[in-house]
Amino acid sequence: MKEFTYTITDPLGLHARPAGLLGREAKKFSSTTTFIRDGRSARVGALMKLMGMGIKQGDTVTVQVEGDDEEACASAVEKFLKENL
Amino acid sequence: MRTAGGIKAAEGIAIGRIRICRASVCDIDDSLTEDTAAELARFEQARIRVQEQQRVLYERARQSAGEESAAIFEAHELMLDDEDLVEACTEIILKQRHRAGYAVQEAFDNAAQMFRDMEDPYFQARSADVVDLKNAMLDVLLGRDTDNEQGTEPFILVAEDLTPSETVKLDKSLLLGFVTREGSASSHTAILARSMNLPALIQCRDISEDWDGKFAILDGYNACLYIEPTQDLVESFTGRRSRDLEKEALLRQLMGASSTTMDGRSVRVFANIGGPDDVDAVLANDAEGVGLFRSEFVYLNSRTDPTEDQQFEAYKRVLKTLAPRQVIIRTCDIGADKTIGYMNLDREENPALGYRAIRICLTRRDFFRRQLRALLRASAFGRLGIMFPMIISLREVRECREILEECRRELEGDGVKISPFEVGIMIETPAAALCADELAEEVDFFSLGTNDLTQYTCAIDRQNAKLEPFSDPHHPAVLRLIRMTVEAARRHNIWVGICGELGADTSLTETFLRMGVDELSVNPGSVLPLRRIIRSLDLSRPVGQALIQEE
Repeated sequence: MKEFTYTITDPLGLHARPAGLLGREAKKFSSTTTFIRDGRSARVGALMKLMGMGIKQGDTVTVQVEGDDEEACASAVEKFLKENL
Repeated sequence: MRTAGGIKAAEGIAIGRIRICRASVCDIDDSLTEDTAAELARFEQARIRVQEQQRVLYERARQSAGEESAAIFEAHELMLDDEDLVEACTEIILKQRHRAGYAVQEAFDNAAQMFRDMEDPYFQARSADVVDLKNAMLDVLLGRDTDNEQGTEPFILVAEDLTPSETVKLDKSLLLGFVTREGSASSHTAILARSMNLPALIQCRDISEDWDGKFAILDGYNACLYIEPTQDLVESFTGRRSRDLEKEALLRQLMGASSTTMDGRSVRVFANIGGPDDVDAVLANDAEGVGLFRSEFVYLNSRTDPTEDQQFEAYKRVLKTLAPRQVIIRTCDIGADKTIGYMNLDREENPALGYRAIRICLTRRDFFRRQLRALLRASAFGRLGIMFPMIISLREVRECREILEECRRELEGDGVKISPFEVGIMIETPAAALCADELAEEVDFFSLGTNDLTQYTCAIDRQNAKLEPFSDPHHPAVLRLIRMTVEAARRHNIWVGICGELGADTSLTETFLRMGVDELSVNPGSVLPLRRIIRSLDLSRPVGQALIQEE
């Protein structure tokens, strides 16, 4: 399993469009990507639940990636976060 | 005549008949089915069909109202990919043996409720998107005709609330204005109304069914709706509306035009902004660049001291979107009236003359270096200008430049790409204006902050309303300091701009141009009116009567 943390810089927080596009990005891999914050978690493919975590600008999330291609998936997800959120 | 009020969401005047837009209601078949596979297939087909519709709506909205209004439809398309949502519908069909329509209603209502229960207004507003998607799914599943009869007569639209799809499906050429019972200033209706330049009134509690078809005036300036108005009112609002239209058309002609006087002097008209969200306004008003980007937002919107990466992302976004336009970012100007918890600043007797801006940055070097490194890294994504505020001495400017140079060497040592950028200072203290010749040696540009310059020159606290009778925005001392600064800039071949409120004061535009000011940076909404004034000036003619003289 790969794990890293990321702090959201987008003023709107983890909002609908980038969160949805992130789901698409993660779908290219077989690994499962999960966001964790304050004891709550959501897979990135579950957009509503992910948005339901109410992640705001300045919040730090833990990202866990697990699966056969976790290495590649984790770096793609991290790159996406840095560029979009 | 009846009147109704509410909250203003977009300005303007609309005169015409009311059309009430009723929400479609329908009975959902809650019977059970044997053929669950067929229902599941219908669900899947509907989901794909609605995603296609959202892509069409996205294109249509992008063309009629721009990328910002259209983005929501892309989000809709993505929401329909939600694994949990699809799974919930699938379970209701396969395990409970319900039909697709029932499954959609149950699962989507649950998701909408989750958003409604959230604290953050942005996420709360997403419940309307889920309801919108539910309706679109049900329209497909129940084979309902979704294109309403719209007729050919323009109308003022009155509704409970409008979903994004409804607003896009409306024939825009017939719309005069919006009135809704629900909604907020950041709702889709309000955003759409503003982007279309139509008036909108929200939270109008008095909406009544019998308004349908009645003649009305919507006064978006005062958030008031007149139903069956008197003839006098119609005449007065018709006059107001045609003046609005004339003004609008005139300003639109100036989009893409240069800010050049009749005798060929070009001035750069820039915009002042407070954060990445203002970028759209810069583009919509055709500003030629950003003359003052107040970087305080990165500090004020954060609960903790923002990291270098956080700042870098914010600056990069603005520079990239506005490239190749120049963006002048002012380094942190907190202190005085803008205090921040995590900075632990002491209360001061006289904060305007206290520990603020560059004085904080030069004593808290690590804090300052984080911002400078973020700025330098962002330089590769556009045309950056870095501006230091509250300068009073040559020593300060040299120190700032030394720290900046250290940061540059570090970053370049790490292989980070840094593009050419300009370095300038705010001239907002009488000390800086009087030493402008020495300071000009050290920088690429000056930007006159006339608000503080006026306050410090006249010793008048600009927050104190009692001092109003003593204040003179055109005080000769201030105009003389401005002239001295501009002349010093000229002598040293650097450019000079004005980013304070005086920059937008059109009674001074000619004076400033004659002095030799190169750039005026104003609120985005003042860009086009200012360009109009500049284009009407002829500096080759003798000084006019209206010109304000500082002697």
